[in-house]
Amino acid sequence: MFAFIVSRIFQALPVLLAVALISFAMFAYVGDPVAIMLGQDYTQAQRDALVAELGLDRPFWVQFATFIGNAAQGEFGLSYRLSRPVADLIAERAPATLELAFTAAALALIVGVPMGVYTGLYRNSWPSRFFLTFSLIGVSLPTFLIGILLILVFAVWLGWLPSFGRGDTVALGGWTTGFLTLTGLKALVLPAITLGLFQLTLIMRLVRAEMLEVLRTDYIKFARARGLPNRAVHFGHALKNTLVPVITIVGLQLGAIIAFAIVTETVFQWPGMGLLFIQSVGAADIPVMSAYLLLISLVFVTINLIVDLLYYAVDPRLRIGRGKGGH
Amino acid sequence: MDQAIRRFFDSDLWFSFTRSPVTIVSAIVAAICILGAVFAPWIAPHNPFDLASLNLIDAFKPPAWTEEGAREYVLGTDDQGRDVLSAIMYGARVSLLVGISATVFATLLGVSLGLLAGYLGGAIDSLLMRICDIQLTFPSILVALLVDGVVRAALPREVHADIALFVVIFAIGISEWPKFARTVRGSTLVERNKEYVQAARVIGVPKARIMVSHVLPNVIGPVLVVATLNLGLAILSEATLSFLGVGVPPTQPSLGTLIRIGNDFLFSGEWWITIFPGVALIAMVLSVNLLGDWLRDALNPKLR
Repeated sequence: MFAFIVSRIFQALPVLLAVALISFAMFAYVGDPVAIMLGQDYTQAQRDALVAELGLDRPFWVQFATFIGNAAQGEFGLSYRLSRPVADLIAERAPATLELAFTAAALALIVGVPMGVYTGLYRNSWPSRFFLTFSLIGVSLPTFLIGILLILVFAVWLGWLPSFGRGDTVALGGWTTGFLTLTGLKALVLPAITLGLFQLTLIMRLVRAEMLEVLRTDYIKFARARGLPNRAVHFGHALKNTLVPVITIVGLQLGAIIAFAIVTETVFQWPGMGLLFIQSVGAADIPVMSAYLLLISLVFVTINLIVDLLYYAVDPRLRIGRGKGGH
Repeated sequence: MDQAIRRFFDSDLWFSFTRSPVTIVSAIVAAICILGAVFAPWIAPHNPFDLASLNLIDAFKPPAWTEEGAREYVLGTDDQGRDVLSAIMYGARVSLLVGISATVFATLLGVSLGLLAGYLGGAIDSLLMRICDIQLTFPSILVALLVDGVVRAALPREVHADIALFVVIFAIGISEWPKFARTVRGSTLVERNKEYVQAARVIGVPKARIMVSHVLPNVIGPVLVVATLNLGLAILSEATLSFLGVGVPPTQPSLGTLIRIGNDFLFSGEWWITIFPGVALIAMVLSVNLLGDWLRDALNPKLR
């Protein structure tokens, strides 16, 4: 177990280093930070002094090492656009994005898995057909259109739910949460559905396909022959064995949720990291972009690592050391 | 020529096409979208870029079938009095152009690199596949956003405005090449040890020539399917980028730009400005995707 974790961490390191190199190259070669910091008029001497002060005249690898050292301490410099430390900007907005992503993922799992089990068990009933048609819509509609349609129906026509912002938030230490106020919870509904709908349909289809496959296997027939109740067969034997691919997809989709949070946050003007990132792309604000890139890749690599470890926990075959042999 | 046409209508492909109503409907919808987009300057009822023909009195007209609608503007008009239907046709043109160009770019890049990696192997192979792995860790829309952002930051504003369309094509193409490279590399690994390739090698055909004229024709089949399925994705990526305001320039609005513009009027009740471009986008992407699904199944002998 320990050796497995260590080897996975060593595989993840090159990815992180490569991403760090790209972020640093963006920092170093795109745009001219010195000109931005000096403003309109400056002499060559002033410029040279600032270059020396910032350490931009040192060799590339030395600068890169400094960059990594600073990044590890959460130091990414100042945003060109807002002239504030990037770390502060991201720390302020992270709770909004994380709460949204968490709610969307929870929604997708809590609704998607039972729907998948149901459509797998009763494949020809009319609710199953309805769910499947509905999932086709979820898969083919782009995120931003789902958001716009939800706003049109529930905010503009019916007026039930707010269409932008987070509502009232409560500060708990450095963390602002919208979970504790009524307006905060109401504001969360539409963005969470928008963000989670694609994942929901994906999970439902996946669970359904896996259930159909597992229900045909011999051990299910044997379990039925032993006279076990349906509930035990369906959930204890069948569902448990569909979990490996579901965990993989859910884990990988967490990354997609964070990426598509950019779109959802733009539609709903949700004050999170995604909105910050898209405003930075529009304004060519490199420090924020490279910090966001590093942070996101750290999240992705961590998620991949956790997914691998969960595999290990769920599938006993992996523990005997036969390597990854599917499910 | 006659014979070629007859052979096409006798083929399995045509047979499976006529047997699938969903595919026929998708083909018709896709054809309408593509023809409407390509011939927009000739068949669109109005020219949305002709400022002289715009009249602010016509602004915010609802669709023709509602009470205040005007017959002249079937799907209504936007805030500047532009005909929404014509704007959609011109917008679909930009969306299709970007989608197809990006897919072609991704295909060319992915196929060449995949062929090199698969045939040459060794360090080139490991390096390219490592890059693929890293890139596939991230969703393609994120990669496209990032490439677009970096190019935007690297170029002066005036230069960027001139070539914004190419930047979007480049960004989306870069975000999608690994899929092609993986597909081609996989089939190249199989092909390169077959006898015809060994024979070519023995009689001294240069490596480049073997790759292009012997291996390439035998690995290109699956690429067509990946490309069709990718076209829908590329159109969606473009729409998403333009919706976020970092895609195509405002002077050449695509469907995504139209949706973004219309989004501002959603709250005042002018829903048609944003919903109709959205419907057009869905129709286009869904029909292309369904065609791609059909092509994948039809070309896969195992599923016959």
